[in-house]
Amino acid sequence: MSEFTYIDAIRQAQHDLLEQDERVFIYGQDVGKFGGAFKATQGLQAKFPGRVLDAPISEDAMIGMAIGAAVEGMRPLVEVQFADFSSIAFNQIVNHAGTHFYRTGTPVPITVRLPSGGTPGSGPFHSQMMEAIYAHYPGLIVVTPATVADAYSMLVESVKLNDPVLFCEHKFLYRWLKSDKMVLDDPLPIGKARIVRAGKHATVVAYSAMVHEALRAAERLSAEGWEVEVVDLRSVKPLDMDTVMASVARTGRMLAIGEAFPWGGVTAEVVSRVVAEGFHLLDAPPQRLNSRDTPVPYHPNLWQMHRPTLESICSAIHHLLSL
Amino acid sequence: MPDVQTNQSDATSVNASRGDLIRRTFQAMLMSRTLESKLGSLYKAGQIVGGVYLGKGQEAVSAALGTNLTKGRDIFAPLIRDQAGRTAFGEDLLDPIRTYLGSVEGPMRGRDGNIHRGRPSEGMPAMISHLGALIPMVAGMLMARRMQGRMEGTVGATCIGEGGSSTGAFHEGLNMAAVEKLPFVLVLANNQFAYSTPTDEQFACERLVDRARGYGVAGHEVDGTNMLDCVEVMNTAVSNARAGEGPQLVVANLLRLSGHGEHDDGFYVPKELKESAVGQDCLAIGEQQMLEGGHSTAEEIADWKREYAEAVQAAVATVQQEPKPDPYQDDWSAFSTPGISGIH
Repeated sequence: MSEFTYIDAIRQAQHDLLEQDERVFIYGQDVGKFGGAFKATQGLQAKFPGRVLDAPISEDAMIGMAIGAAVEGMRPLVEVQFADFSSIAFNQIVNHAGTHFYRTGTPVPITVRLPSGGTPGSGPFHSQMMEAIYAHYPGLIVVTPATVADAYSMLVESVKLNDPVLFCEHKFLYRWLKSDKMVLDDPLPIGKARIVRAGKHATVVAYSAMVHEALRAAERLSAEGWEVEVVDLRSVKPLDMDTVMASVARTGRMLAIGEAFPWGGVTAEVVSRVVAEGFHLLDAPPQRLNSRDTPVPYHPNLWQMHRPTLESICSAIHHLLSL
Repeated sequence: MPDVQTNQSDATSVNASRGDLIRRTFQAMLMSRTLESKLGSLYKAGQIVGGVYLGKGQEAVSAALGTNLTKGRDIFAPLIRDQAGRTAFGEDLLDPIRTYLGSVEGPMRGRDGNIHRGRPSEGMPAMISHLGALIPMVAGMLMARRMQGRMEGTVGATCIGEGGSSTGAFHEGLNMAAVEKLPFVLVLANNQFAYSTPTDEQFACERLVDRARGYGVAGHEVDGTNMLDCVEVMNTAVSNARAGEGPQLVVANLLRLSGHGEHDDGFYVPKELKESAVGQDCLAIGEQQMLEGGHSTAEEIADWKREYAEAVQAAVATVQQEPKPDPYQDDWSAFSTPGISGIH
């Protein structure tokens, strides 16, 4: 049985998009002959000459270029080398791409791949989660795939959508996460969350790499008799509150987990909506767990305690169950 | 519609005479000044919300660029003070008025206003306020056409001021266009003030055109008050870009003959500068050049002035009757994808 990694899925999706749609091209630093900093575009330039283009170190101009190309009928797929560097392109993303359709009626179908999240030793500037920043702005779709199959299907679907998409792919999952299935016959569309583990005592809402930490925690707590339901949001904008609320209605308790910084963000949004829309369903105040409120530290000893861990998630669930 | 001839045909073909370019440039300058003075009056009468930003003093450089481009083939991304270039390129007279007055019939439908307008799918992007953002966008439009095999002699042009040239976006965008050797014309109007900031607080180099060499692009410098010089230099720059010689940076020296917007009286502009050569009015010089060069008669110009004033008056009257946006009818969606909603 062949095994596919998360980054295999991203590479295969890009390959298939290039093969199936002549409007698609890839633009980014070192994506050509070098194959990308994470080898997500390896071999693609040779197979699709003229359609996998190296960019100067100019994130702002890369997204501006993609906006222009999209207006002219192309489907640009931009790789920002690390999600952290998209802050340089912030203006083009939120003020130009995000406003374009509303202002002019001309859609901007661009997909921006953001290699996100922490890995040991990556430090403050190669580890950030940017999804909350972009989800805050109108006109942007923000997706956070947690599985190999989702990495494939959601990237393909992102490029097909007519609106700008921030594709937040987690670097920690690149080679660690494997599956024997990459291309599903009937994948869930963007905008639908998935219940990845059924339970009845509490709901844990997670996305991206934290889905796997939540599953480990749920497994550990099952030994104590707790049945924890885990919801993978899949996309943070749109946010599938129907699935979240249905789960909360079953369990009455909810913990939202994110790897991003704790002030505001996706977990705060989920808690806020659960309280506003489902206060009467709750048996306890909803909880949230994020990274610590410092820059992402370099040393593994610090890094692994900066993000939510198996222990801190289990502890947060215990606390939720005790309320 | 008034007799402002726009570039529906190939202005730079061998058949288009220099005289024709000059006439069309002057006509666009005159129409722009006429329209903008009406917009200024409407603002002062409280009929325009937000701001009004005029291109007074920049008409020659802007119009000369517009007349050297061909709508339908070329790309033109105008900036804040490019009414003359827009008119020369072929923007409908109703578009600016509808956008300023917020008519739902306009290209921005009341969702954006004043100079933030365009028709991107027709080769005229709608500027955002963040300066330099249009430079890579035009580069991307050109790269798309190159990938699609439909370059067909396209030139992409956009404009910036000396203030905007201090942004990172300007640097990234021009460098990208240079690396990609695009048929790109970047017109930099050095109008001496970025809002209230004078040039000695904006840049330290002696001449902005010297930057062209650093980017590996061709540089041109022109007296922005001189209409005939502007026509010549823009024609050269656009022709060179079209001929495959890569990006062209054109620096035009002139003075902004208004405040930053109509809310600003520009008290900080020294009298000596206004009275210097750079402070001359390009429209007055243009009119003189039209007469001296035999490009038109005084009667013809008088006719144009009357015609354009009437056309502007009529267009404003039309737009004033048009519906304003209705907040209860707007779909309030920033997404084009059906069924995708950020909040529900």
